[in-house]
Amino acid sequence: MTPFPLITFLTLTPVVGALVLALAGGRDARRSRNIALGFSLLAFLETAWMVAGFDGKSAALQFAEHHPWIPSLGAEYFVAVDGLSILMVLLSALLVPFAIGVGPGNVDRPHAFHALVLLLQAGLFGAFTALNFFHWFLYWELSLVPAYFLVKLWGGPGRRAAATQFFVYTFAGSVAMLLAMQAVFLATGTFDLPDLARLARSGELARGLGTKLHWTGLAPEALGMLLFAGVFLGLAVKVPLMPFHTWLPGTYAEAPTNVTMLLTGALSKMGIYGFLRILAPIFPSQLRDSLDLLTALAVLTVVASAFAAFAQKDLKRLLAYSSINHLGLCLLGLFAALQPKAAAAAHGWSIERVAALDGVLLQVFNHGLTAAALFGFVALIERRSGGLRGIGDFGGLRGVAPVFAGLMGISIFASLGLPGLNGFVGEFLVFKGAFPLAPVAASVSALGLLLTAIFLLTLVQRVFAGTLNGAWKDFPDLGRAELAVFAPAVALMFVLGVAPQLALNLVNPTVVALVNRLGF
Amino acid sequence: MDRIVEHLWIIPALPLLAAGIIALLKRPHRKAAAALAIGSLGLAFLVSCVAFAATLHPAAGAGTVRLTHNFAWFDLGESTLRLGWLLDPLTAGMLVMVTFVGSLIFVFSVGYMAHDPNFTRFFGFLSLFAAAMLGLLVANNLLFLFMCWEVVGLASYLLIGFWFQKPEAAAAAKKAFVTTRIGDLGFFLGMVWLYHGTGTLLFYDKGAGCLEQGAIASLVAQTTLGGMAVSTAISLLLFCGAAGKSGQVPLHVWLPDAMEGPTPVSALIHAATMVAAGVFLVARVFPLLGASAAGLPADGHVPHTAALAVVTWIGAITAVFGALVAVAQSDIKRILAYSTVSQLGYMMMGLGVGGPAVGMFHLLAHAFFKALLFLGAGSVIHGCHGEQDIRRMGGLRKAMPATFATYAVGMMALAGFPLVFSGFWSKDEILHAALAWSPSRLPFALGLFGAFLTAFYMIRQMWFVFFAPSAHPAARHGHDTRPDAAAPHDSPPVMTVSLAILAGATVAMSLLATPVWPWFHAYLGGHLDHLHVGWDADGAVLATMALSTVAVALGTGVSWRLYSRSATGTDAVERLVPRLFGALRGRLYVDGFYAATVFRLNRAAATAFDWIDRFVWGSLAGSTAWIATGFSWLGRLLDDAGINPGFDAGCAGTRGTGRLVSLFQNGQTQRYLRLVGGGIVAIVVAVAWTGKK
Repeated sequence: MTPFPLITFLTLTPVVGALVLALAGGRDARRSRNIALGFSLLAFLETAWMVAGFDGKSAALQFAEHHPWIPSLGAEYFVAVDGLSILMVLLSALLVPFAIGVGPGNVDRPHAFHALVLLLQAGLFGAFTALNFFHWFLYWELSLVPAYFLVKLWGGPGRRAAATQFFVYTFAGSVAMLLAMQAVFLATGTFDLPDLARLARSGELARGLGTKLHWTGLAPEALGMLLFAGVFLGLAVKVPLMPFHTWLPGTYAEAPTNVTMLLTGALSKMGIYGFLRILAPIFPSQLRDSLDLLTALAVLTVVASAFAAFAQKDLKRLLAYSSINHLGLCLLGLFAALQPKAAAAAHGWSIERVAALDGVLLQVFNHGLTAAALFGFVALIERRSGGLRGIGDFGGLRGVAPVFAGLMGISIFASLGLPGLNGFVGEFLVFKGAFPLAPVAASVSALGLLLTAIFLLTLVQRVFAGTLNGAWKDFPDLGRAELAVFAPAVALMFVLGVAPQLALNLVNPTVVALVNRLGF
Repeated sequence: MDRIVEHLWIIPALPLLAAGIIALLKRPHRKAAAALAIGSLGLAFLVSCVAFAATLHPAAGAGTVRLTHNFAWFDLGESTLRLGWLLDPLTAGMLVMVTFVGSLIFVFSVGYMAHDPNFTRFFGFLSLFAAAMLGLLVANNLLFLFMCWEVVGLASYLLIGFWFQKPEAAAAAKKAFVTTRIGDLGFFLGMVWLYHGTGTLLFYDKGAGCLEQGAIASLVAQTTLGGMAVSTAISLLLFCGAAGKSGQVPLHVWLPDAMEGPTPVSALIHAATMVAAGVFLVARVFPLLGASAAGLPADGHVPHTAALAVVTWIGAITAVFGALVAVAQSDIKRILAYSTVSQLGYMMMGLGVGGPAVGMFHLLAHAFFKALLFLGAGSVIHGCHGEQDIRRMGGLRKAMPATFATYAVGMMALAGFPLVFSGFWSKDEILHAALAWSPSRLPFALGLFGAFLTAFYMIRQMWFVFFAPSAHPAARHGHDTRPDAAAPHDSPPVMTVSLAILAGATVAMSLLATPVWPWFHAYLGGHLDHLHVGWDADGAVLATMALSTVAVALGTGVSWRLYSRSATGTDAVERLVPRLFGALRGRLYVDGFYAATVFRLNRAAATAFDWIDRFVWGSLAGSTAWIATGFSWLGRLLDDAGINPGFDAGCAGTRGTGRLVSLFQNGQTQRYLRLVGGGIVAIVVAVAWTGKK
């Protein structure tokens, strides 16, 4: 008897939910919300079941399903999870009900809105579990399309321009990636990601580029670099790495705020995941050749985004830059982990590489949780203020809404990496690895940690402290229902701050195996 | 013995638990909150005493008692990150002090904060503060110490900004957090470097810890930038953190502003917790700072290393700087704040020239008398209905006798009046060690000058507050017997009892570190069994005592003479040297300098990066988008020219061009999507075709 196809089942759950909404959602906001919440919670339960059954001591692919599909295209249906993806799947499963719980406020066609959110989740589940590039890419695009429509149809006043920019940017990246991977397929005859990684290690990929693609007239090295650049572009736009980020502040600001929760919380993580699953294993030598430039860009991302966050007046744009900053740290850790080092050093470097990558994966999860919570609070602020969200529009809110201020304050401190809350351990591990491996880059990036603290505390100061702005003397505190949505998220911040091993133990063996496989 | 260290976590856990419960309490549960906070810290005090007792009797020949208990936190690669608890005299002494002084401050707060609507929250934050500080003390792992260290920073942020409606309080809270975080970046990087260099962050681990022989020897042997030993580089990075937390120049600017918090918070920050953390850190990692090619610093002998020299100089400069600025302040709390800056300088200098025992004894002595002074100041402010300007007080000696008597004890201890006050002996030890410091005598001279200044500004303050003719209208007409609500009055017993206990402790502390019976040295150094009563001090000790006594006497005399004869209105020093006074009053322009440089630079960078983002990258992206749009228009034109004419003809003009254009504009992205779909299909077909061959 074949084992239960849990991953397929999980990926289909939100699709079914979307269908139900489309057919039976009606125009009643509450009803469509409840249906969406129900399906996303079901997906969460399935994910919880998966995590419970996941063997954290093993680096192997688990819950694998492998079926031939279109052999001539190298397309096989191959899904599984391992340490790289398990936290991402869990994050997607957590954030979607969270975002639905926060809700979009009063919107037109709520059933369509929620159906698209569920489709987005299906894309996320698919992209984080697919191990064949063919359908990995389909899911990658599938998550893009609902996001585009959510921004375009339900966004703020500048939504049309933002949506177009979002689409053009991510789409250009996707096309580049697709073409590059087509060429890789022509050279190797497979789309299977673990296979491709193996071929890259054995050198067959490079040979294939020489023999099968000689008609391009390019030397294999140049061709390899070109293909690497194509895949890189697709991922760098998604994360984003500066200077491929300009779509982000506008899109995050114009998107309905609970969709922004998903954009920053889950979609941006697809980029990081792609770096780990595709780029690093398949193009290791090209990555290493361009590492200095990439590290410099990561440092630029961390520092420049933190400075830019200072200058923002709009809370959503401020948090958007803060997100770029946090993801820049992830890339810093990732690039540092790949830094070549002389093997004869006094201490093994592999522990530092593992620390950096463990830190990256933890940071990915933590940033997803924290950033989503912060955008969620902004959504509530917008709803209470009739759409206002300028940093100077408020003042003294802590006096009238102490619980609101307290929980958002906790999330802010989690975001700036206060120990005891979730953000710290990830940052510590990233720096523990990055500092010895890339001392200058890490030291400069540490400036980002300071700047983050300053602009986030300025936010607290301007919005929550000071004399109460008379216009908001009836600003309601968190209601019971809102508390039910946010309290679990905040509780999770504490849990992961104190017991990061709950997440780390899931990923550590896979990371060790990855570092050993990459071989330095 | 081992059972004690295994359960050392109980000490920080008790106030943490209280903080957690209070966080869930509603506002009206004031009594419950206060009882929980005080009860838990009192209990922690008792447990601390048990732990302290365990460190009093080292096994024969074992030297210092050092108990550790380590446990795994999480797996990292094929290794494990372990945390642990550590009990040694350094920890135990601090535990007792923090829980004792902390409890008294908590009790005092019940009276001081009685009318505050957020009373409950206040006790929650106080408990969190205490928990973090105690956690920092029991840590046997630099990472755990750092974590608690940051939570201390958070708690101080919350407490300094407790009256968040006041914009100054909110600004001061942010300033404290950010300024200390600047130092913490150094701490953070030093910590990860130490972790990389030694493979562990456990202080003591049966010979394998990062403060033990093997690890330190390897750090000393490696060199980094400019030929500096790695151990020195790490030490200096860690010291950045200590300098931020302990208000050393140039990172001292947050500390005086921290006065915006309620006065018990000032007492807690300035005496028992926050600022003590930096000094404690330096004492804790002293083996690293003092490590040289000759090995670990041996007991009783302080080596001359580059790291310790930096500590000494920064400390000496801070000691004089703080004292100078204190001379010209007129806010009662601000004077005490700068005196804290100055005293912290002494502690650092003491660590640098004399080692942990010298620096730590001044820390402990200071904790008692500074808590006493701050609470006394709180009592004065409470009694004067919120007045903080010393020039508008006066004559309170009669109105507030209990406060006056206890304040005088604290003041004499701080100024270093001879023999029966702890401050005299602790400062004397520092000066004595500085005198023997071979690289330079200048720190000694600075220390002596600081002692003179300390006596000067404290007498000035005493005179204005307690002796000067009363500035209060009700008191001008002789002693006012009516129970006038507006007249100054002494504080309720719940506040004065704390003052009395602290005053007693200040005097009692002076017995512990005299040259006759240097108990504290023997305790920290682990040779209590060799301790005996007797005079075995050299001439230098006597000379230092004499010199510092002269400095104090001079400061007292000059100050008293100047102020007691001056007319009210202007300050005596201000009349004598107005420009110098102005400079000191302006805190030597350090804050202004930062505002003009660092802040402005920061804002400029923010604007620049935002601008680059919007216009440079943005226009690049914009032009790309324009090109893309251009291509799609080109496609449209081709469509129009090549396909549509026939179509249009077929439809015989039933479609308006305008409708067509709007269709295109609305559907531009869908069009992209169609193109993509088509493209993918085309590629797939092409691939399939080549695949067949």
